[in-house]
Amino acid sequence: MSYPVEQNEKFAAYAHPERLVSTEWLAAAIDAGALNDGKLVVVESDEDVLLYETGHIPGAVKIDWHTDLNDEVTRDYVQGQEFAALAAAKGITRDTTVVIYGDKSNWWAAYALWVFSLFGHEDVRLLDGGRDKWIAEGRALTTDIPSPEVADYPVVERNDTPIRAFKEDVLAHLGKPLIDVRSPEEYTGQRTHMPAYPEEGALRGGHIPTAASIPWARAAAEDGTYRSRAELEALYLGEAGLAEGDDVVAYCRIGERSSHTWFALKFLLGFETVRNYDGSWTEWGNAVRVPIAKGAERGSVPAVAAR
Amino acid sequence: MSTQALPTALAEIVDDFQALSEPERLQLLLEFSRGLPELPARLNDHPELLEQVVECQSPLFLTIETEKNDGGSPAFRLFFKAPPEAPTTRGFAGVLHEGLDGLTAEEILAVPDDMPELLGLTRAITPLRMRGMTAMLGRIKRKVAAAARLHA
Repeated sequence: MSYPVEQNEKFAAYAHPERLVSTEWLAAAIDAGALNDGKLVVVESDEDVLLYETGHIPGAVKIDWHTDLNDEVTRDYVQGQEFAALAAAKGITRDTTVVIYGDKSNWWAAYALWVFSLFGHEDVRLLDGGRDKWIAEGRALTTDIPSPEVADYPVVERNDTPIRAFKEDVLAHLGKPLIDVRSPEEYTGQRTHMPAYPEEGALRGGHIPTAASIPWARAAAEDGTYRSRAELEALYLGEAGLAEGDDVVAYCRIGERSSHTWFALKFLLGFETVRNYDGSWTEWGNAVRVPIAKGAERGSVPAVAAR
Repeated sequence: MSTQALPTALAEIVDDFQALSEPERLQLLLEFSRGLPELPARLNDHPELLEQVVECQSPLFLTIETEKNDGGSPAFRLFFKAPPEAPTTRGFAGVLHEGLDGLTAEEILAVPDDMPELLGLTRAITPLRMRGMTAMLGRIKRKVAAAARLHA
């Protein structure tokens, strides 16, 4: 039932080309009336809660990472019931092809896509280059807010295990590859928060022992699109030292930048087992009895990792 | 905290926000982001005269200037710069501009530090994003206090 997959040379080199669409493809699909029958739904997901309202892709609906996808009282994502209600309200059925895009090279879009994946939504794709590329190309924008007909979305229980790691999972994972996608200053411990995000700090600065430092933005080109397969391989297989078949965990500060990297490892390079540790440094850097490493060196697996 | 301690213009803005439903409050904040005045050319050409408020998630720069008042205490003029792709940050700046621009040091310093919470946006905007506005207000008050000491 899903919408035809885009065919182009760049995407064809990726392990799962069906997970990306280009701005040209989306513009043509919208022109061809793809949004009219609910088979394709375009979702904007930004860091700034008001950005969608300033203008968005015609027909796109908005999902806010914080108010729509996070549980209000537990540090967790919404449950099946709430997700079903959210999807239904946006006109999304279980068979809908969902294309997500957003600001900042798709940080939050990748995060939303990852949450859709926790619920096993089958056909969810990213708009390569996101909001900025669409705007840079002078494509259509509107402030009209669509009011989709409420769709029928089943209540699906979230399945965290395949793509989400908790702190205990990471402790058990030590010795296998970890990718730290934060800035070099956060990795070394020079900073306990991200530049310009001092409220998301931690008591200790550093990284999870043995983690390789590959800041998330290195996977993105100047225009916000993902780098080519060859470039991504140089980064993750070459520099980070991952090998085919590796079981990988990616983390950042709260799990949103690492969703961007998770997407690249899982769908563009085709690693089967990649988990996003959304507790990330705000949990690990503050947690009692967990080991950290400081400085630019990756460090070694501690003899006794606290449980 | 009530709005009684607030300067008139700011109290009116707070009342406006409080009278609205949550989605309408966001809409009003968007209007404030659109209403934020452009920097005058003399500041636009000299970005080094503005200070960045790093607590904001998007780049936000501000500065203050004093203006002589007939006989009374000098009035403080506020100037903000934030990119259009950061409407929430611009909206906060717009509220502070409309609420505080042209007031005296005494009036600005009397504004409670947690005034942003009165806007009723914390749930929709998230506490994290609200910190930016609190930090902006704090920076304005610190700069005004320092300038007022110089004038005294």
